[in-house]
Formats: sequence, structure tokens, C-alpha cells
Amino acid sequence: MNAAWKNLRADFPILDQQVNGKPLVYLDNAATTQKPSCVIDALTHYYRRDNANVHRGIHTLSMRATDAYEKARERAAKFLNAAEPGEIVFTAGTTDSINLVANAWGDENLKKGDVILLTEMEHHSNMVPWQLLARRTGAKLRYLPIVAGDTGLLDLAQLPKVLTPEVKIFAFIHVSNTLGVINPAAELCAAAKKVGALTVVDAAQSTGHLPLDVRAMGCDFLAVSGHKMCGPTGVGLLYGRKALLDAMPPYRGGGSMISSVDYLESKWAPAPAKFEAGTPNIADVIALARAMDFLDDLGREDIAAHDEKLAALAYARLQAEVPGIRILGPAHHRSGVVSFDLKGVHAHDVVTMADQEGVALRGGHHCNQPLMKKLGLSSTSRASFYLYNTEADIDRLVSTLQKISKFFAG
Amino acid sequence: MHDLTELYQSVILDHNRRPRNYSVLPAANRVGSGNNPMCGDQITVYVKLEGDRIADVSFQGSGCAISQASASLMTLNLKGRTIAEAEAIYAGLHKMVTTGKVAEDDMSDLAALAGVHQFPARIKCATLGWHAALNAAKGDATPVTTERTSD
Repeated sequence: MNAAWKNLRADFPILDQQVNGKPLVYLDNAATTQKPSCVIDALTHYYRRDNANVHRGIHTLSMRATDAYEKARERAAKFLNAAEPGEIVFTAGTTDSINLVANAWGDENLKKGDVILLTEMEHHSNMVPWQLLARRTGAKLRYLPIVAGDTGLLDLAQLPKVLTPEVKIFAFIHVSNTLGVINPAAELCAAAKKVGALTVVDAAQSTGHLPLDVRAMGCDFLAVSGHKMCGPTGVGLLYGRKALLDAMPPYRGGGSMISSVDYLESKWAPAPAKFEAGTPNIADVIALARAMDFLDDLGREDIAAHDEKLAALAYARLQAEVPGIRILGPAHHRSGVVSFDLKGVHAHDVVTMADQEGVALRGGHHCNQPLMKKLGLSSTSRASFYLYNTEADIDRLVSTLQKISKFFAG
Repeated sequence: MHDLTELYQSVILDHNRRPRNYSVLPAANRVGSGNNPMCGDQITVYVKLEGDRIADVSFQGSGCAISQASASLMTLNLKGRTIAEAEAIYAGLHKMVTTGKVAEDDMSDLAALAGVHQFPARIKCATLGWHAALNAAKGDATPVTTERTSD
């Protein structure tokens, strides 16, 4: 680990506070990560010095804003190893990105009899847009199952059975927000390519957590949220292969996305502008690029190793030291997400009690209702780790859960 | 965990562990249901209505300790009451879980839920079953969802 890791926690001012009289232990990173000072500074710098509307502007501030906005696109392309900046469309986040594909690509290319393939572990954001698309087009939904038991791994033996030539698009989550499973994205994309299906990767939990290279992965589309990788809320991006983006009709109409407009008809700007109608989220896009710098200074291999080490330690210690715990997901090779069920204690009671100890967890169905049903649970509690978490945070998690378990058993 | 013993009083823990009237009521002539889509809590309330009196009431469902205990306490408190009386009891409970103020008269064992007011995120847990029961008693078959009710 390089020098950027030294005094890392000092880069996150929010972590230095007491919650309910105890030092905060923030373990809700799968929901959103905290923001380092450099990202917060990028936002305030933009609003204090450079704020102006982008494109079309001729004055200095507008040119500065446009320059920073388009540099952010280049930064994002490099971050994902896209072939060119034109393959990056800025959006409001992963949900927005997936809806863009489901609408702009889906409405044009799907018809009755076609199949949309998903996996059983999808977040609602990678399920509902496809359900809506299926309803609009008459296409059918099909699911790649997970294996029985609590590891939550995809049942890859079933893949040839479900990935048939009727499948036109295969959308899957890269890293599960509930199970912590890391899916073999490159393998799934290669299999889809063989039957002529396009791939959409929900990378909300993986971008900024693992090294990610869209060309090595071989995906056609990849959806990202900025706020889950040290960036601001309300911003994200869609990576799409340029030829696909060029062929797709617009998703939303408005300013910036046209080349010429008549009263009756308009011509579209080329991608990616075609998909960025209206004034974009300039400040947050610029700050997101700063977050990418921050993550690359730390090194994404090292971040992944750090997350995995903490998750493995948490898994082992919770299993050994907390009575009545049932942990979901694999014991090894997992992301920083650790979901669990504490016997006889509802997740919301766990989270309320942990909060009183200053430990921020999440409880509920994690936007994963069908998966919860399959696992025979109505909700779970979840601890999720990121680069600023420490082994001391796991000490606090373990002692808090022991207290809760005792309180409800007592 | 000082504050928590206020939220999770022994009455709550007891009703969570051993919910009263936790069954299907074969004689029920009204059924109400409620769900909290944010957390997955679900409840079904069975009411046997005689005239405007709740002759019997039971529930089944899954959810956190607050929601289960509140529904359990509800069945004890609504049995034998008229709909108007039931609404008055609920009004007192609602005031208590939102303000912490316990009505002077007979909130009795329901006072155990007073600690909920310190945890605004949990108020919906405490009121879900009551909404379902009152809706059922009043003949409204629409499932209650916390996303449509104000609390």
C-alpha cells in the first residue's frame, strides 16, 4: 500500500464525530460511501470560481466549466479503459443508466418472443426497468438462478440452459449489494456474445471498489453510480460501446441533445450528447472525476484487497463470536458487503440498537425482495466496508452484535 | 444501552417473543392487511365485528419487535370495543408515539410504546397494525401501506 493510505481517515471529515455519544463506525458503504475532502473541495471550488452553463457558452467561465466537464468525461473513459470519451454518458446514477438502455435500446430492438435474461440476485434497479420493457414490447424475462444454500453464487451450470439464442440482452449485477458475491463478469459477457446477446453490467458496487476494465470485461453497457465510489450523489454514468450508442435513438428530448430543431422535427446530436438533454449535473460530474483521481492514487487493487481482507475477517469473527448469526454470501473471494440474520432479532431492531452504539448498519430487503424470499428471509442486516474502515471497526461491530444478541435473548 | 431500554421495554420484548392472539380468526368477518415496503413488514388483521363492536380480533405477520408487540398489544386493547372507542384509543396511541405524551386516562400497557417517539424512523412500525385493524373494522378492504399513510 502506497503513501496515499497514510492518515487516510483524516481525508474524510465526516468520520470524526460522535453518534449517540459513541465514536461513529460507518458500515453502510454499500448504500453510499463518504466523500473525501478533495471531492468536497472540487464541488465548492466549482461553485465559487467556475460556475456557468456548459457548451454553447463563449465567455470565460462557460469555457472553463465546459472544459472541466469534458475533461471529466476523458477521466471517466480512462478510469474504465473505454475506447474513447464518447463512450461515456453522464447520468443521474446506475438506475438512470439502466433505464436509459432499457428505453433507448430496448424499445427499438426488442419484440415479442425475445428474451431478457437477468439473475436472481439483481437489485430492483436492474429488474424493474426490464419488467417495464417486457411489458411494453412483449419480450419475456428469464432468470439465471443462484445455487441452493447461503453462498449466493450464480448457478453457472444452468447458464447454457437459460442463455439461448432468444436472449437478446443479458443484464447482471457485477458485485451483489446483498450477498457480497463477485460475479465472473468477463465469463458471462463472453457467453452472451456467443449467442449474440448484448450485456448490461450493473457496476454500482464494483466501480471504485475493484479494478475495472470494460474492454477486458467485454461488456456492451456498464452502469455506474458516483456516490458509491467517493463521488457526490445524483451523478453516475453509462458506458456504452460507441457503435451501439450511435445507433440508439435518444432517451429524453431537450436542449443540448440536438444538432438542429425545426417546429416539426429535429436532428440529434451524436452520442454521447444525444443522451444528455438539458443542463447536465456539471458540478457533480467534475467532483466525480476528482473522486476517480483519489481512488487511483490509492490504487484499486489495494482497495479491493483491503475490502476483501476486512470482509473475510468480519465473516470469520461474526461466525465465531456472535451466537445465532447466519451470514449470507461466500466466506472467501467476496466484496466488502456482509449481510447477516441474527436469530430472533428483526433487522430493524438490530440497526436501531447498533445506531445507539454509534455503529451505522443497514437493515431491510436491500432492494432485493425476490432474493430475500428465495433465501427464506424477510430482511437482513448488512455491514459494508470501504477503504477507510479498520479492524477496530470490526471490534466495535462484533461487541455491538454480541450486546444485541444478549439483550434479545435475555 | 440506556435509551434502548426505553424503546425495548420488557413489555415489548415479551409481546415480541410471545405475541398474543397470533392466529387466523375463523369467525372473522373482516380482514385487513398492511405492509411497509421499505422494510418488508407485513401484517394481516382478522376482525369479528358484531354491529359496531369488535367482538374479537387477531393478527399474523412478520416484522420488527416494535411492530409485532404493538399489534399484539392492539388485540388486547381493541377486543370488545366499539369502532368509535377503538379510534379514540388509536388517537391516544398515535399522540403518544409521536410526542411521547401519555394520555392521563387508560393507556395502560400501551404506555410501553411511549419510547418509540424518540425513534422517528420506527413510528410506522408501531402504527401499521392499527391502521390495518381500523380499516378492516370500518369495512375498507384496501391494504394499508406505510407509503400512503402519513405515519
